[in-house]
Amino acid sequence: MKQLIDQVKTAISEGKTLRIEGGNSKAHIGRATECSETLSLRDHTGIAPYNPVELVMTTKAGTTIAEINAELAKHGQFLPAECPDFDGSATIGGTLAANCNGAGRPFRGALRDLVLGCYLINGKGEHLRFGGTVLKNVAGYDVSRLQSGAMGTLGVIEEVSFKVLPRPAMEITVSKTCSAEDAITTMNKLAAGSTPLSASAWVNGTLYLRLAGAKTAVEAAMAQLAMREEDAEVWASLNTLWQDCATEGRYRLSVKSTAAPSGHAQIINWGGAERWVSSDATLAQMQQAAAKMGGEARWIGAAREDEVNPALPDALKALHKRLKQSIDPRGVFNPGRLYSWN
Amino acid sequence: MNLVPQTHSTESVAKDLAAVVPPHTLIADTETQVVYECDGLAMYKQPPMITVLPESVEQVQAVMRYAHQSGIPVVARGGGTGLCAGAMPHAEGILLSLAKFNQIQHIDPLARTAVVQPGVRNLAISEAAKIHNLYYAPDPSSQIACTIGGNVAENAGGVHCLKYGLTVNNVIKVEMITIEGDEVVIGSEGLDSAGPDLLALMHGSEGLLGVITEITVKLMPIPERMQVVMAAFDDVTKAGNAVGAVIAKGIIPGGLEMMDHFAIVAVEEYLQAGYPTEAQALLLCEVDGTPAEVEEHIAAVTQVFEQMGATSVRISQSEEERQLFWKGRKNAFPAVGRLSPDYYCMDGTIPRSQLANVLLKMAEMSERYGLRVANVFHAGDGNLHPLILFDANIEGQFETTEEFGGKILELCVEVGGCITGEHGVGMEKIRQMFTQFSETELTQFHAIKAAFDSANQLNPGKGIPVLKNCQEYRSVGGA
Repeated sequence: MKQLIDQVKTAISEGKTLRIEGGNSKAHIGRATECSETLSLRDHTGIAPYNPVELVMTTKAGTTIAEINAELAKHGQFLPAECPDFDGSATIGGTLAANCNGAGRPFRGALRDLVLGCYLINGKGEHLRFGGTVLKNVAGYDVSRLQSGAMGTLGVIEEVSFKVLPRPAMEITVSKTCSAEDAITTMNKLAAGSTPLSASAWVNGTLYLRLAGAKTAVEAAMAQLAMREEDAEVWASLNTLWQDCATEGRYRLSVKSTAAPSGHAQIINWGGAERWVSSDATLAQMQQAAAKMGGEARWIGAAREDEVNPALPDALKALHKRLKQSIDPRGVFNPGRLYSWN
Repeated sequence: MNLVPQTHSTESVAKDLAAVVPPHTLIADTETQVVYECDGLAMYKQPPMITVLPESVEQVQAVMRYAHQSGIPVVARGGGTGLCAGAMPHAEGILLSLAKFNQIQHIDPLARTAVVQPGVRNLAISEAAKIHNLYYAPDPSSQIACTIGGNVAENAGGVHCLKYGLTVNNVIKVEMITIEGDEVVIGSEGLDSAGPDLLALMHGSEGLLGVITEITVKLMPIPERMQVVMAAFDDVTKAGNAVGAVIAKGIIPGGLEMMDHFAIVAVEEYLQAGYPTEAQALLLCEVDGTPAEVEEHIAAVTQVFEQMGATSVRISQSEEERQLFWKGRKNAFPAVGRLSPDYYCMDGTIPRSQLANVLLKMAEMSERYGLRVANVFHAGDGNLHPLILFDANIEGQFETTEEFGGKILELCVEVGGCITGEHGVGMEKIRQMFTQFSETELTQFHAIKAAFDSANQLNPGKGIPVLKNCQEYRSVGGA
């Protein structure tokens, strides 16, 4: 850890910029940036002694999602956000920074919902602790959750504490053939009722639902739905979309779950709230469509000079700039990764 | 960073404000403003200079612009039920009550969202959503009176946090007015937005970063069935271990609450909930879901409690009985309050494994300070609510109580916990912030605050302590 802090301090004094890197699995996410050097957390790993009944795990930021999943599985627990593991290379720090979550997200929360605290190295080279290692903590501003989506622009995440849960006793995937419109209606109607859903998606003309919970509840729901049983492969394949975008970029729309499908070729995840669209449209055009659907569009693909995230209104943009200044006054960390102007 | 004191007479401010908002939204006389002088922590009192009850977003903007230009502090207020003096007014400031922002604007049953104004009461959302078989999950004990705006400001919890999360996990979008009077939208109708999670930052920020004027919350389907297991134990450690054993079984209950002997007796005397008064600890474990699932889990929980040495186990047999079991728990504060002229509610969190240790040390302190303490505990998520009984009419007793309370919070930090789980810091826990955070961390908080409010006008003096007081507090506290 001292090494990390020293590198940050040296960069500050020499006026350098740092590209924060964990497993380097998400180089294609965000804008292309030119940094003086890389600050690697790849070897900054380790899981702190973990007591399963506390439902809390603390790890160094470079610990991989795969390693965390394996450790939790030994105790019948899991990371409810089901974060993509990028073939074993994704780290918990990078996953939080990129706000990368799996199919269970609408039902069990994102990693940001699970995060309880973190250690951060700010742009002055100070090592700071926010939040805690207990399930509830509201003292001070929530700087830990603030890191979600910041893409490393608000400091170096050094350690993360997060909530974990017991794995449901049973999980079954079922499917049926239907249109995108029907799938969106079905996914939302079921989520508003008592069906024990833990994921729902529409891929290539097929609606997939995952049922989770006590054996009796899952079996009762299966009988009621009368859909064909599937293997769980589809959920893993949805998780690899993030990764696949490195070679074939897509727009990721985060929208109201009930929004009617746009006319594009797409995959619908998160019960309707996440839509992966393949299109030649510009970000501005896609953003216009997404805004009508109650949300926003981002470009996930080969890193580029252009903006990848939607433009912000002036007042909000000013807030983002001042917030960056407040944590990283010299702009050392990942300059331009999120927006060209920050 | 602190506001340079400027002299503003109430008359001149009232006159200026009357030019930008309708006169009937202003309260400037001392008598009428008495109701605003404190929140739910009545030991902290301060009448505001002037109170404004705006009726539209434009009026909030007008007040903020005026305050910003004139350098006058602004303290926002919801239902006034907060327990940390977070909404205590500023003597030279404007108290901005959001009481008239009380409309549920829209419920979308299919998308399971509600768009509400900040002055809407927490329970009113669930009441309005009920016809769609939906409800709003976070349920602080004050849910009849507390408002959703205040819930966001304090990141309020309740008895169902372990399964359904705090306010931050149940809000997807807020509209906020900055101190400059600008309107910003944070979040969307989707589940996430690009960039740092400002929505999370707003939760628990205690009115220090902006004034929220609209909130979109997530609604959940009402579980088909809910049932409570009530288990009595002759020893607190056994009860604590039983909580861990339920979780080890892979069950996440909707609610999992503990009360100590003192609280059990107080509640039973107050409203006869059928609690076993001989017990040293009582657990209430609520399971929800489909009927088949509940049946399966109730059987498992019952078995765990028996194996862990429960002296009696009862299962609610009807909705009325379930409500009765909860009624005791939800009324624990007033029930304990009856036994003493005053009580002081604390809000520390601890790792669950530390429960017995913390309760033992608390009992020692109770003896040392000569003040009785009852314990109510969100056992599932490690959130303690010790209630210290005192008499404010005895000179110096509140000060002793506060010191005792402060020591409890320091103990929570010492065992790996935090000074507040859901009530917030406000004025009340400002000293204990020095226990939980270093000076560099507090300096970082101030820098974040300045990014939103460079002149420190929004709820100044709350939440984050001023560093110049650090040495003083540390030496006072460092016994």
